[in-house]
Amino acid sequence: MRELSLNILDIAQNSVKAEASKVEIGILAENNLLTIYVSDNGKGMTKEFLASVTDPFTTTRTTRKVGMGIPLFKMAAESTGGSFSIESEVGKGTKTTASFVIDSIDRMPLGNVAETLTSLIMTSPQIDFKLIYRVDDREFIFDTAEFKTLLEGIPIESAEIINYLKEYLDDNIKIVNGGMDL
Amino acid sequence: MKTLADLNAIKERMRAQINNRAGVDDSKDIRVVVGMATCGIAAGARPVLNAFLEEVSKRNLTNVKVTQAGCLGMCKLEPMVEVFVPGKEKVTYVKLTADAAKQIVAEHIVNGNPVLKYVIGNE
Repeated sequence: MRELSLNILDIAQNSVKAEASKVEIGILAENNLLTIYVSDNGKGMTKEFLASVTDPFTTTRTTRKVGMGIPLFKMAAESTGGSFSIESEVGKGTKTTASFVIDSIDRMPLGNVAETLTSLIMTSPQIDFKLIYRVDDREFIFDTAEFKTLLEGIPIESAEIINYLKEYLDDNIKIVNGGMDL
Repeated sequence: MKTLADLNAIKERMRAQINNRAGVDDSKDIRVVVGMATCGIAAGARPVLNAFLEEVSKRNLTNVKVTQAGCLGMCKLEPMVEVFVPGKEKVTYVKLTADAAKQIVAEHIVNGNPVLKYVIGNE
């Protein structure tokens, strides 16, 4: 992975596979710490499975729900001096959180968050995706549920709408970044 | 800066398009399936997916659906894409880039000629 936004896309795919109807992605930067979380209301994991998800070699192909994605995300966070945690409850959902020391030389750039979001919307339009993007005290909240209401039945995954959303997300993320990309 | 007025304009255009397609049998649609597991994403599937979408949108191809799949089983050949044209055999493309995706839309999806140099086995 070359960008943290690709890890986000990958982790969110786990929520899609866990049959979530709501997925929330948080990207919060403050005091030299970048915290990223992906939280869903999918089917969750048992304690036993949860204990093994950060180890790429204990998952087996036929039963796997995770694989390499979680270990890569964890490693990316810990190599910056940051931390990683995952909470899950069967029937309630899963929250994966990673924090990164922003000025660490080993921190990957955040990359194209807009494209990550539109990739998710395009391929899983039935899910409501929410993005909370915050840098210091500037914040942007995006929720596909609101857009679906505005669209009055026009499919959100239509190419023209996706292109619109990509620009809309990019514009707002730039404003929150305040001239300095994360 | 994108505004709600822009969204409303797109919405009205789309509504007309959807009305035009009412009654069209979507089982005849062309399907483009992009592998989006960890291996695919790490190898560059996201720009490939977005390039397909942009090109399909630019050309106004309303009979093309771009969707995703998990790991297609050959991680070292990612980004992989399968193109299903009704009545024809599935074509599997490997090691794609955004530019290759655009070429596939033009030559395969629009003109019906698979781009052989990206087809599995020819890479």
